[in-house]
Amino acid sequence: MTLPFAIIAGLTVGSAIAAMSLRNMVHCALSLVLTFAGLAGLYLQLNAEFVGFTQILVYVGAVSILIVFAILLTRSTDPKDEPATVTPWVGIAVAVAAFLTMALAVVASPVGKRVAAPAPEVSVKTLGQKLMTDYVLPLEVMALLLTAAMLGAVIIAMKDKEGQR
Amino acid sequence: MAEFFQAIDQFPVTLKAWLMGHASGVLPEWALPLVSAALSITPILAVFPLLFALTTVIERKGLGRIQNRIGPNRVGIPLTNIRLAGFGQFIADGIKSLTKEDVVPHVADKVVHFLAPITLLIPVLLTYSVLPFGKNMVPLDLPQTGLLFFFALGASTELSVFMAGWSSRNKYSLLGAMRAIAQMVSYEIPLILSSLTVVMMAGTLSLAGIVESQADVRFGFLHGWHLFTPWGFVGFCLFLTAAAAEANRTPFDLPEAESEIIAGYFTEYSGFKFAIFFLAEYLGLFAMCGLGITLFLGGWLPPFKFLGFIPSWCWFLGKLVALILLFIWLRGTLPRLRTDQLMGFAWKFLLPMTLINLVVAALWHLSGGSVPLVVRWVVGFALLAVPYWLLGRGFEAKVGKREYRFAN
Repeated sequence: MTLPFAIIAGLTVGSAIAAMSLRNMVHCALSLVLTFAGLAGLYLQLNAEFVGFTQILVYVGAVSILIVFAILLTRSTDPKDEPATVTPWVGIAVAVAAFLTMALAVVASPVGKRVAAPAPEVSVKTLGQKLMTDYVLPLEVMALLLTAAMLGAVIIAMKDKEGQR
Repeated sequence: MAEFFQAIDQFPVTLKAWLMGHASGVLPEWALPLVSAALSITPILAVFPLLFALTTVIERKGLGRIQNRIGPNRVGIPLTNIRLAGFGQFIADGIKSLTKEDVVPHVADKVVHFLAPITLLIPVLLTYSVLPFGKNMVPLDLPQTGLLFFFALGASTELSVFMAGWSSRNKYSLLGAMRAIAQMVSYEIPLILSSLTVVMMAGTLSLAGIVESQADVRFGFLHGWHLFTPWGFVGFCLFLTAAAAEANRTPFDLPEAESEIIAGYFTEYSGFKFAIFFLAEYLGLFAMCGLGITLFLGGWLPPFKFLGFIPSWCWFLGKLVALILLFIWLRGTLPRLRTDQLMGFAWKFLLPMTLINLVVAALWHLSGGSVPLVVRWVVGFALLAVPYWLLGRGFEAKVGKREYRFAN
């Protein structure tokens, strides 16, 4: 474990905890953005430049704005007095169980014992060619899904307008 | 003579190499990358804020001339009669903003309010690290992801604008932030799509590589700037429009429309924090101009081959200053748009035009070699001019008899 990794990992986990435990919703959203940025930093550590910068472009640039708008448009941002959860114990138990299951699966899997293959020369060009040839079906499905979501949003917005008239 | 010009051209590079050569004997091994980075960063931090300071004076003087005023012409060197035609103004402004009281609203969210200007300025400064300022002068060359890096950082400033507007607890701030985010999200799409044509033609995301791709010489004297093609010309116009909107410049300055919402998202900032917002905005504009130069105007390349003796960084800075003057001229000339016009313009005009431009660029690429140049030009321009005319008809002002609601 190197020092940059420790800093980025600490930042990511810390901001993720803050995103769950802070009272003010906008503060939670801002901490979540820090988590996204930390994840991007981890990708960059793994020499996955394209994924790292795409993570910043999409999550820090766009998804965060979506979250913030959703918070502002749906509920008041004033901090509430009552705690967000009634008792934390059930949640902690579920989290520990989930973590144990995943950790056991990771430890038991043969991936860790495999000798690391030499890192292939992955360029943006190869990524694009793969997306347009081998993985064109998932890409199309995703495009269809996003188009459907966009049409749905437009229809919801249109109905509102007619109701007002 | 050629060697002399060559030496001036590469002077920053050789200076850095000389300094690093001396430092490597004195400093420990781990400090060398840090020193190297500091040596690359220092010129950026020195040149561009100074350019910002000079631009504020030039802008005020230029706007003054356009509006038939004189503009600032008093401040020179203190305690003397030397006036420097008013170019001492920025020093006085800097001292003024440093000594002003920093007023934070009582109900403001103190932490977020404090962090917003910092998180705005840092990504803007980072964008400079991938711009090629001259031959061999890229602080950080990312061969796979240069342009993506630029846009990723450009996108992360939107959240800082929201932080500033929300944490102030002021309706004008929040209105300004909402306007800014809606505008930046909308205009980011034409901005990226118009840059994508260049990536498609150059076949690389590295900004230095994109400059190299424009280095071929046509007709024996003209460098192959992407501007000198139908898709490049239209792409540059679209890019410049979207860049003006990204940088909140007139006619797209709704987020900080003084006559409507005071100063938009930084209404509640004073003193040096206000100056940081001002600085970040101008540095963002310069970075956008620098990207436009790199993508379409040949970066540090001269327009004609025989002008190649002028140092490459002079060409970059000269083009940058020319674009800044263009933006000042636009600010003095164009009125501000309305919000619905702003959104309609982005989604109904810029977006279709950028998509058509992508197709034209692909056709230009595929027809290379076999089809004569004249035919490619005529077809390319026809494919762009007809949609321009058809889409533009929807935005023509419908002038009828004017109805006065209250004055009749």
